[in-house]
Amino acid sequence: MGNSEESGVTDTEIITEQNTPSQEQETPPPEQGEPFQLRGGSFTLMVLKLVDPTSESFFARISEKARLAPNFFRNAAVVLDLDGLPESQACDFGDIKARLRRCDLMVVGVQGGHRPHHEAALRSGLPLVPSGRPTRTSTRAAAPQVPPPRSTLVVSEVVRSGRQLYAPGGDLVVTAMVSPGAELLADGHIHVYGALRGRALAGLSGDTNARIFCMSLEAEMVSIAGLYQVNEDFDPAIVRKPVQIYLKEGYLCVESFAPVTR
Amino acid sequence: MGQIIVMTSGKGGVGKTTSSAAFAAGFALRGRKTVVIDFDVGLRNLDLVMGCERRVVFDFINVINGEAKLAQALVKDKRIENLYILPTSQTRDKDALTKEGVEAVMDELRKDFEFIICDSPAGIERGALMALYFADQAIIVTNPEVSSVRDSDRILGMLAARSRRAELGLAPVTEHLLLTRYDPHRVERGEMMTLDDVLDILAIPLLGVIPESPAVLRASNVGLPVIMDESSNAGMAYADAVARFLGENVEHRFVKPTRRGLFSRLLGRPV
Repeated sequence: MGNSEESGVTDTEIITEQNTPSQEQETPPPEQGEPFQLRGGSFTLMVLKLVDPTSESFFARISEKARLAPNFFRNAAVVLDLDGLPESQACDFGDIKARLRRCDLMVVGVQGGHRPHHEAALRSGLPLVPSGRPTRTSTRAAAPQVPPPRSTLVVSEVVRSGRQLYAPGGDLVVTAMVSPGAELLADGHIHVYGALRGRALAGLSGDTNARIFCMSLEAEMVSIAGLYQVNEDFDPAIVRKPVQIYLKEGYLCVESFAPVTR
Repeated sequence: MGQIIVMTSGKGGVGKTTSSAAFAAGFALRGRKTVVIDFDVGLRNLDLVMGCERRVVFDFINVINGEAKLAQALVKDKRIENLYILPTSQTRDKDALTKEGVEAVMDELRKDFEFIICDSPAGIERGALMALYFADQAIIVTNPEVSSVRDSDRILGMLAARSRRAELGLAPVTEHLLLTRYDPHRVERGEMMTLDDVLDILAIPLLGVIPESPAVLRASNVGLPVIMDESSNAGMAYADAVARFLGENVEHRFVKPTRRGLFSRLLGRPV
């Protein structure tokens, strides 16, 4: 931590810790007649390690992180880890607490650090919690940055002449034949598990990695990311063959899956 | 409840009306009570092919508009028992076909008739859509040539998407292919699409192949359904197709070229 040039991000490394107070094992039996029960419990809390709380971007970066996984951070209890702070550095915990509250985080205590810090924390109403053992960095779990899955349009009946199918943002799979005069459009790949006799336009919004696959190439026209070829220009060796069509170095490439016979 | 059968093709001049007349007569000859309706509003032809043009008083559109009762508009065939014709208007256009009006007529006919044949106009507009909308079964009339096949394909798409069965999510319309004007000799010479080519593109079950025959024009001109010309190839092929439609297992005839013998060659008689 803190070894990155990019100050803001590593300034606030967020670690979850398993905090297991030792008295949990020897919880006394509830006393008769008491209006309360006192017992131990173990909690998983988020730990916010303060590397440079005076950094201008400190709270802005925390806000940014919190926005990535708002449900995870909403009103989350955090423990401030003071191990990274030099003894001489004074901290206004009241201010930190209030500003973190505006980032939807609730500071419940501090851990580590030096005596002056502990005293300052206590004055701001923050107890010293025994140091826990770090589990894993929560940033990855908190902010899954996987792109949304591409939707695939699957059609299992014959696509007849005059019909136009469009798979916006995804692939188009047809498990039957496509008649002459039909039109298949997809932003992703086009698969035809039957004869392709109509038109097929893959990578409609410019994806040059899109491909067209079909069991028998009899298409009127094929196109990938705007580059097209009409039936008349097909190599007779690949007509009526199972093929894949893709872009290679800016050229439309039709490749037979079957041994080519001329 | 009667079955509604649409005779459709997309393309014009492929033999829809001829086939409608032949099937209607074929069903009735087998004792099935049948009515055949002309949906080609403004281009009335069915009455001519059925030979009842001089007995038309009221028509389909009059019934839809409530100007006549269905019983007044139905024309009973004079030659065949159980056969009725519902002619259309020659003076109106396809806009006269309202969905509600057609539905009311269909509902009434379903109670009385076993088969209701809707003779569709060409095209994919209102007339054709209304003819196919209420169908339970569809006979796709196709000629062995590319434009007809493509139009048939389009109509099959409409049946799958725009029919009542499709809109209500019911079992799809049952599709049958009727390949008409087929000439095995020209197919052999490569001048005409083969049966297999057509089946490959349309991918629906074959109901029958009607050979190209001068008997068809001859029958139309005298107002006789060609199925009644039992000596003609076309008449026999229609009779076979009707039998198949009713569930009989009949082998396809007139699909392969007949070898002309020495005598017929010498006499120069067409096959």
